[in-house]
Order: sequence, then structure tokens, then C-alpha cells
Amino acid sequence: MLVLLATAGAGCDNPSATHTNGGGGDRAADPLTGKLTVLAAASLTDAFEHARTALLATHPGLAITNSFAGSQTLVTQVENGAPADVIATADTATMQRLVADGLVDVPRVFARNRLEIVVAPGNPKHVSGLADLGRGNLKVVLEDPSVPAGRYGRQALQRRGTTVRPVSLPLDVRSELLAVEQGNADAGIVYVTDVSSAGAAVSGVPIPDSENVIATYPVAVVRATTNRDAAQAFVDALLDGAGRQALVALGFVAP
Amino acid sequence: MTNRRPPLYLLIPAGAALALVLVPIAGLLQHVPWHTLLTQVTSDQVLTALRLSLVCSVLAVVVALVLGVPLAWMLARTTFPGKAMVRAVVTLPLVLPPVVGGVALLFAFGAHGFAGEALAHLGVTLPFTTAGAVLAETFVAMPFLVIAVEAGIRQADVRYEEAAATLGAGAWMRFWRVTVPLIAPSLAAGAALTWARALGEFGATITFAGNLPGTTQTMPLAVYVALESNTDGAIALSLVLLVVSLGILLGLRHRWLGVRV
Repeated sequence: MLVLLATAGAGCDNPSATHTNGGGGDRAADPLTGKLTVLAAASLTDAFEHARTALLATHPGLAITNSFAGSQTLVTQVENGAPADVIATADTATMQRLVADGLVDVPRVFARNRLEIVVAPGNPKHVSGLADLGRGNLKVVLEDPSVPAGRYGRQALQRRGTTVRPVSLPLDVRSELLAVEQGNADAGIVYVTDVSSAGAAVSGVPIPDSENVIATYPVAVVRATTNRDAAQAFVDALLDGAGRQALVALGFVAP
Repeated sequence: MTNRRPPLYLLIPAGAALALVLVPIAGLLQHVPWHTLLTQVTSDQVLTALRLSLVCSVLAVVVALVLGVPLAWMLARTTFPGKAMVRAVVTLPLVLPPVVGGVALLFAFGAHGFAGEALAHLGVTLPFTTAGAVLAETFVAMPFLVIAVEAGIRQADVRYEEAAATLGAGAWMRFWRVTVPLIAPSLAAGAALTWARALGEFGATITFAGNLPGTTQTMPLAVYVALESNTDGAIALSLVLLVVSLGILLGLRHRWLGVRV
């Protein structure tokens, strides 16, 4: 059996070896070509789709793929060698795992985000603040504590001194929004940018500064990148004037 | 009949096919935290998920039996217009991505769904409840039961039922005293496969029923959540699911696979 597997493995190796030379060849006037894979926290969906379009406008030779998931999932993917060039998480703690393992360059904070309470359009249950989330008749969804938004939300509730018994612990912000949009939950704690991107489907109830927790978004080039120039250009574009303006327009706070 | 040595051009892809399944399992086993396995598997979080998984999957099998066996009988023994269509629809969850099933359940049984609104009048809410998790598991797993039982009923000799009828047995008695004993093997195989599928259900459950320990966080959801924070716990949980699934398949190897080793 082992011999058989070894033979099958060797059979597979040969064709792929001939392919490895194909990639890096041709460099035109624009040095930025080839593929760029960007991993980003789910709450960055709109922002990074925008950043992708903006960078493609100046560097049409690039093929940029955005992949969105919870920050923890993304970090696990990079730890296990997923082919990624850039990673952006929704908190510094998860990013720190990659820094500690030497898997990314020094991260740079490119945006911050405030928390907001998300409710059904028009706020039919009259939620006026975090304290209301402790009401027994209110169905509340909170992110799982393994996700940054879940940790921030719990910190905010702690500051307010409110205990909440959530009906579900979704693993990304979009699932939480969906629960409120579809009326299966009455309220949740998400980022300001999520409420604005959901448009008329939900309403937001602001959380005052004294209780709010500000999320910090770091971005870093993955050390194992095969397209370092393009990866660096993506990161730089997030931090330059136009990139920052675009983020602020979506509801983010400048770093 | 025993074959001579199989030719290499079959042996190599066949070995690769086997490796395709074995290699990931080997990868999992390689990382099992053997020294802390017992503590991981008996932690509160795991036991809660395990208990909930057992309750939900057994209830899903019960619902699938109560609803699926009559349906299988209809498909096997009666003719009605659109039967091929009905069979296709009933087996749809087999090929449908479970997440799609979960979204569909959400839009039907959610607070804004037509079925959800009707149920709300009766005071029944399904999303984010254990009943919702059972519904999601039943939706995904019931086709296994219907297919197995329909095949069993087709193979059962209809003359036994006819003989019972001439002896004066009513439809209910014929079904319970003649048909059910005849199809007992396929009933058991269908129920076991349904149970295994329900036990492993993830996509429809997390999408429709949500994720709350003790209420809707079944074993596969606990594996996924643990992967975010406690990799060893995730692997330990995976091992439990792997052992259970393998046990079911080994127990069924004669019945379902129809192969005698």
C-alpha cells in the first residue's frame, strides 16, 4: 500500500514541476501584474471591494481576489499556509499571532471602527442603548467571543454593566446582520460600517463614547507572498489620502 | 470470484482514490492531542455539544421515520401524476449545499417567512431554537431514509401484503405486521444513515438555527467554533465524530453497501 501511494505521489509531481517556470516572466511598463490574494475580516467587505476596484483602475494588469471571513479563520488560514499576499483583521490580537510566528511583515493600522446597536428598521422595539439589550423580551444576537466583534461587544456591555442572554452567537458580522434583517433577532452589536452598508434593511442605535469600544484594523503583507510589490501597493493605497477618504466615506474612523 | 493481480493502470488510480480519503484522516490523527484527549472530550463544552447532538439527531431520525416511511411507501407502491418529480424534490437535499438549505429554511420559517409567520400565530418560533436545529437536520438527512426504505419496499414481495388482505387484515395492520417486518433491514439501514447524516449536519444548522451552546450548537458547530480558539479541542471533537461515523458505516457494511467482505 505504501509503495503504491509513493508511486501515485511521484506520478503527480512531474507535471507540476514543469509549470513552476511559467509565472514570473513578462514584466511590462507597469511593474504591478499577476495575482494578488487579499484576506480580510468580514466587516471590511465593502471597504476592500472598493480598494480592489481603486487599485485595479491604476494597475489593470493585476488580478486581485478578496476573500472575506472572520479574522480568526483568516489567521488560521495563513498559519496553515494558505496562498495569501495581504491580510487585514478586525483586531490587533489576532494579527499578533501571525507577527509572533514571523508570518507577516510589521502590521499597520489603517482604520478604526465604532460599535453600534443594530435593530429592525424604525426600531420597533424601542431600543435606546446597551442597557436595553438586557431586557428579557428582546432577542439579542452577539458574535461568538472568538470573533473580534464578539469581544468588543462584550467589553461594551461590561462597561455599561448589562448582562445579555443572546439567542445565538454567529461567527461573523454578516450573519448577525442577517438575523436582524430577517426579523429572527431584535438587536445585535455590530460595527457602524455594517449598519451603514445594510442601508434601509436595518436601523442603528448609537453607543455613547463612554461605553463604546473602538475596533482597530491592522493590515500586513504576508511574508510568503509571491507578489510583494503588488501586496505593498495594496497596503500603501489603503493608507494614502484617497484610500483613507474612501474608508471614512464608508463610516470608518481614520487611524 | 477472485481476480488475478489487478492491472497497474487500475491499481494506481484506485490507490489514489483511497489516499484521497485516508490522507486527510491521517492528518487529523497526527495532530490528536492524545495526552489531553480525555480532558478535552469530557470538558463541559464538548459534553454539552455531544448531548445536544444526540438529542437533535435522534429526534431528526424520529421525524424522518414518521414522515419518511409513509412517503417511501407512496413512492414504492402507488402511482400518481408527477411521481418522478416528487422523488426528485424529496431527494434534493442530498445534492443541495446545506447552507442553501439553511437559507431556504430561514426565508420560509424565519420571522418574515410565510411559514414562520403562520407558526408565530401558534406561538412557535424555529430559528435559534433546538426545534429549528432538529428541522434543519431532518431537512438534510431525511432523503437517506426515504431512498433506503423505498428500495426496501420495492424489493419486498407485494404478495405477502395481498395474502394478508385476503385474510382480512386492514391497511394499518398489513403495514405494521407485514410490510414493516419485511423491510426491517432497509428501515434500520436508512435510519442509521439518516442518523449519521443528521449528526454531521453543519451548514443548514448554523445558517437556520444559529449557534448557541446547549441550544443549537451541535458537535460540528462546536468543532468549527473551537477551531477559532482551541485547535486541540476541535481535533478531539473531530475524532469523536470520526469514530462514531466510522462505527455506523462498519455496522452497516453488509446491509447498505450490499457487499460481503
